[in-house]
Amino acid sequence: MQARGRGTTTAGFAVLWVAIKREPWIFTLSTLGSVLFGALTVADAWVLGWSTDHVVLPAFRDGEIGADMLWAVLGLFVGVAILRAVGIVARRLGAGVMQYRMQAHSRRAVTRQYLGLPMSWHQKHPTGELLSNANADVEAAWGPIAPLPMAVGTLAMMVIAVVQMLLADLVLAAVGLLVFPLVIVTNVIYQRLASGWATRAQQLRAELSEIAHESFDGAMVIKTLGREPEETARFAAKADELREANIRVGRIRAAFDPALAALPNLAVLVVLVIGVQRVVSGATDPGAVVTVAYLLTVVSFPIRSIGWLLGDFPRSVVGFRRVSAVLAATGAMPYGDLRMPDAPGTPGARLEVDGVDFGFDPARPLLRDLSFTIEPGRTVALVGATASGKSTLTTLLTRLVDVDDGAIRIDGIDLRDLRRGELAGSLAVVPQTAFLFDDTVRGNITLGAEVSDEAIWDALRTAQADGFVAALPHGLDTRLGERGTSLSGGQRQRLSLARALVRSPRLLLLDDATSAVDPDVEARILAGLRDRPDGAGDRAGDGAGDRGGATLLVVAYRKATIGLADEVLFLVDGAIADRGPHADLVARNADYARLVNAYETEEVTA
Amino acid sequence: MSTATTSGTVLHTGEDIGAWQTIRRGVRHSPELVEGIWVTLMLAVLASVGQIVVPVAVQQTIDRGLQAEQGPDVGFTALMATLAGVGLLVTSWASYKMTARLFDTSERGLATLRVKAFRHVHDLPMLTQNTERRGALVSRVTSDVDQVSQFLVFGGLLAVVSVGQILIATIVMVVYSWQLALVVWICFAPLFASLRFFQRKLSAAYGTVRRQVGVLLSAVSEPVVGAAVVRSYAIEDRTQERIDTAIDAHKAASTRAQGFTAFSFSLGGISAGLANAGVLIVGIWLGHGRLWGSDEGSITAGEVLAFAFLVTLFVGPVQMGTQILTDAQNAIAGWRRVIGILDTPADLVDPGAAGVRLPHRPVDVVFEDVVFAYPGGRPVLRDIDLSIPAGRRVAVVGETGSGKSTLAKLLTRLMDPSRGRVLIDGTDLREISEESLRARVVLVPQEGFLFDDTVAANARYGRLDATDAEISAAADALGLGDWLGGLPDGLATQVGQRGESLSAGERQLVALLRAQLADPDLLVLDEATSAVDPALEVRIGRALERLMSGRTSVTIAHRLSTAEAADEVIVVDVGRIVQQGPHAVLASEPDSTYGRLYRSWVAQQGAPIIDP
Repeated sequence: MQARGRGTTTAGFAVLWVAIKREPWIFTLSTLGSVLFGALTVADAWVLGWSTDHVVLPAFRDGEIGADMLWAVLGLFVGVAILRAVGIVARRLGAGVMQYRMQAHSRRAVTRQYLGLPMSWHQKHPTGELLSNANADVEAAWGPIAPLPMAVGTLAMMVIAVVQMLLADLVLAAVGLLVFPLVIVTNVIYQRLASGWATRAQQLRAELSEIAHESFDGAMVIKTLGREPEETARFAAKADELREANIRVGRIRAAFDPALAALPNLAVLVVLVIGVQRVVSGATDPGAVVTVAYLLTVVSFPIRSIGWLLGDFPRSVVGFRRVSAVLAATGAMPYGDLRMPDAPGTPGARLEVDGVDFGFDPARPLLRDLSFTIEPGRTVALVGATASGKSTLTTLLTRLVDVDDGAIRIDGIDLRDLRRGELAGSLAVVPQTAFLFDDTVRGNITLGAEVSDEAIWDALRTAQADGFVAALPHGLDTRLGERGTSLSGGQRQRLSLARALVRSPRLLLLDDATSAVDPDVEARILAGLRDRPDGAGDRAGDGAGDRGGATLLVVAYRKATIGLADEVLFLVDGAIADRGPHADLVARNADYARLVNAYETEEVTA
Repeated sequence: MSTATTSGTVLHTGEDIGAWQTIRRGVRHSPELVEGIWVTLMLAVLASVGQIVVPVAVQQTIDRGLQAEQGPDVGFTALMATLAGVGLLVTSWASYKMTARLFDTSERGLATLRVKAFRHVHDLPMLTQNTERRGALVSRVTSDVDQVSQFLVFGGLLAVVSVGQILIATIVMVVYSWQLALVVWICFAPLFASLRFFQRKLSAAYGTVRRQVGVLLSAVSEPVVGAAVVRSYAIEDRTQERIDTAIDAHKAASTRAQGFTAFSFSLGGISAGLANAGVLIVGIWLGHGRLWGSDEGSITAGEVLAFAFLVTLFVGPVQMGTQILTDAQNAIAGWRRVIGILDTPADLVDPGAAGVRLPHRPVDVVFEDVVFAYPGGRPVLRDIDLSIPAGRRVAVVGETGSGKSTLAKLLTRLMDPSRGRVLIDGTDLREISEESLRARVVLVPQEGFLFDDTVAANARYGRLDATDAEISAAADALGLGDWLGGLPDGLATQVGQRGESLSAGERQLVALLRAQLADPDLLVLDEATSAVDPALEVRIGRALERLMSGRTSVTIAHRLSTAEAADEVIVVDVGRIVQQGPHAVLASEPDSTYGRLYRSWVAQQGAPIIDP
């Protein structure tokens, strides 16, 4: 326990050292502000002592005092106060700026990792964990920066105070030297005790939030089954646990706070008792007693900041380690330096999948020696039962992951040889679950690219989304997401489709992208896709002329979608089991026929 | 499912509630907060009085001990110190009791408020109508309440003590010398006068910080939640730019707020410096009888010096007070938002015990001249007159936005009609007790939402007291026995967050199992649209078939094959029922809405060629 405590303290200072190295100037500024504040707080005591001995007592004794002395008193007090205010602003603002800057550095670094690390890394880390790494953990890591300048300044203040006391009276100073470490140690014990329960409370807060999230997400089920009382009981049980943890923190606080306040007060009383004896024996003068008593009162509160600093360490160290783990992760996807050739007259891309092996777990390959080619402009449906490898193939085609063996080529170029971002210029994917950004409709479709409104509306029309977008309160500029308008699943899918279409991709990959759309609307979308003569919205009007149809690969379940295709690839257990026009496959492949006719089978039994 | 409408009822933000009113109403919602408040206040007074012990001892010691006329008095000093020491112990004890009590009452009160708000959220229409706003609702019962809690136990306590100390310090100062007390107050007057100004500035600054935190959280979630999209569209740079912008805006807002806090905090110190100098100078003048015609020697040196200590006692709580104001702003804003939740009316009134209890028997359904419109919006459904005999199997079809989902929501009383009545078994839904209604009418939603628990626990949402044997029996009745047996831990299989360990089709099966256990008389099904494995699709179809047998059922159909299998089809178009009757009859009317839908479906199903 002792060793671990020491370990945490060392690690805590190491974390702070990282921050000081990163922001040395802000740290220096805020520490100087703090030292200034500390020095002047002590100076305040000195000013009082000086005023007592040289102005107040003589004035009362002699019944006369010069106006210049009164001005000196005013000047000293106000001057010290103003300088001290400057110190406070420098210290607090400096600590804040340093803390916010370090948070910003960490958040930038962490999110850059999120953007750079491969999908396989993302799949291994739960969403909640990654979000908390970038938010709560970053905040925890740099938490001790807030009391840092004050703690450093307090150290300086303590030194000055101790010197002052020693100068005033050695014996009385000894009392101060005893009480300072006592206050610091008590405060560290307090912070450690409380932080255990505070961490528990933090954990319970997260769990409570999870229950609320789940419960509100499942509101439809809860409401329609009348389960509100049970849900409320579930929430209340967790809320009670949190309440108990908070009350524990409160009890600890209730005990330690008055104790910490009482320690220096007791010391002041001791100073007075000893002081009066020393005045009687002529060892010291009343001013010295006053000075020491005052220093004790003034310094005893700020030295608690050293306890705050040390108390924050355990949380900080844990947060820092979590953030560091993200930053230490490697495996960013390597890119080549090839560009896609501009091939006028061949708008559709040629897709080649050549002997591809792949498995997230090497022991369980998902794709085995998969090979096929799709000629430019063809529309091909990818059909297969669950776990046949369809989704895996789409992640490989978009290079979210790389093949274990073999190669995927577009127009003869291996995906791995392309420059970063180059593939997205030629290939667009529409996933099964649409992801919308917290942005406008326009921003969600263009994703920052320069696209004319006309091209956007073209894409929306093909995706059958022009109707509802036109009806939105601000049209293309309507905000979507948490703080904006909500859309249905089908509407989200259609926007996601428009996002792909507006790029006039040469290879369009639809991964069951119309599953939440009504059949009749879906039929119109498919017809529109098929009939697009030149991939709507000629790419920013680059004058490439007639582009013909893009190559289209569709992961399909419904017969209607399959019916759109020139050809079907029938995938079984990660390999092509058959290939050909739909009608031919139905006729010659019993497995295929059974799979695509499953709906009809159901209706017969119904 | 729902159209892109803004939510029907507006969630109250509570912004229009004044600060005092917020506290008054907050206390009314959490009566625990004021339980034994007088004892706590007495303890607070005791604790505050104790803070005066030291300066009094110092003053007495200096004046009558250190500088006694006949020379320093050791015995007197020791006596005073002992008395002060005892006083300190009593003060510390009072302070301990007070803090513990405050934590206890605050936390209990807020737990009550939290649970109350949580329960009320489940009655709010936006929960089922506007799915995107759920995040905001979660924060109302979590972080908003935490903010109030932080304030009540830390700030609130300090506020009580601080005000107490300021008052007591003032009283003691006045007893010593009303003239010097006046000097101190004059020196602090500008600070007090400017408090409101700073309070407003701080509140605005921290409001901006809060908003920027929201933007930051949302931006940071993009590369995590939308990882696949960001990558496949190669918008890493743009995403990073958006994040960097959010990070910078958050940093700037925080820095600004911190600047205001630091500046307002430093003002107290300047006032204190002025007050110290003022006390000494005016004290000397008073001692010389030069002011306010006071007698020579109306104040002693010791009294002047003790006054300097009293000023520190005065400054401490004032500094604390400015600090607390910041927290108070946040806390009151949080409290307002929670109260705003409780102020948002639940749109559905449960008649409770006075309501009709439906007997367990097949029910018929009647819509009488029903109109539905979201408040301030155009009618989504109009002139709905409909009669569904008991035991009938009905399918509702129509395009997206036609109003067919609204029909289902009215039928399950997720909303009440704006006009007209919906009757089940001859009784208006609004007159049926909620408990009875939910037992007799069950909705199977599009997505089978599962809770992070076992399959059995999820099924039990249908019937709380169902034993494992009963759940297995229900599964067998739906033909799901072998599927259940095939799960890794059978009924005890954990489904994961939102049921993610199961496939979409399997989640659907659990939802059907849940409905079977509930054993309703009216089943409302919102057909799933997302594709599942054909084998599973067949299984779902069979289970549905068995689930519907012997019950009245209304299916919001997305596939015409479902309509084909129903006894009767209802076609909704632009908020009206345009056709009603058996599939065969409706399909034979080529120019009707249904006729068109049917033709395009047949075209899709049959041939691979699409008629443009």
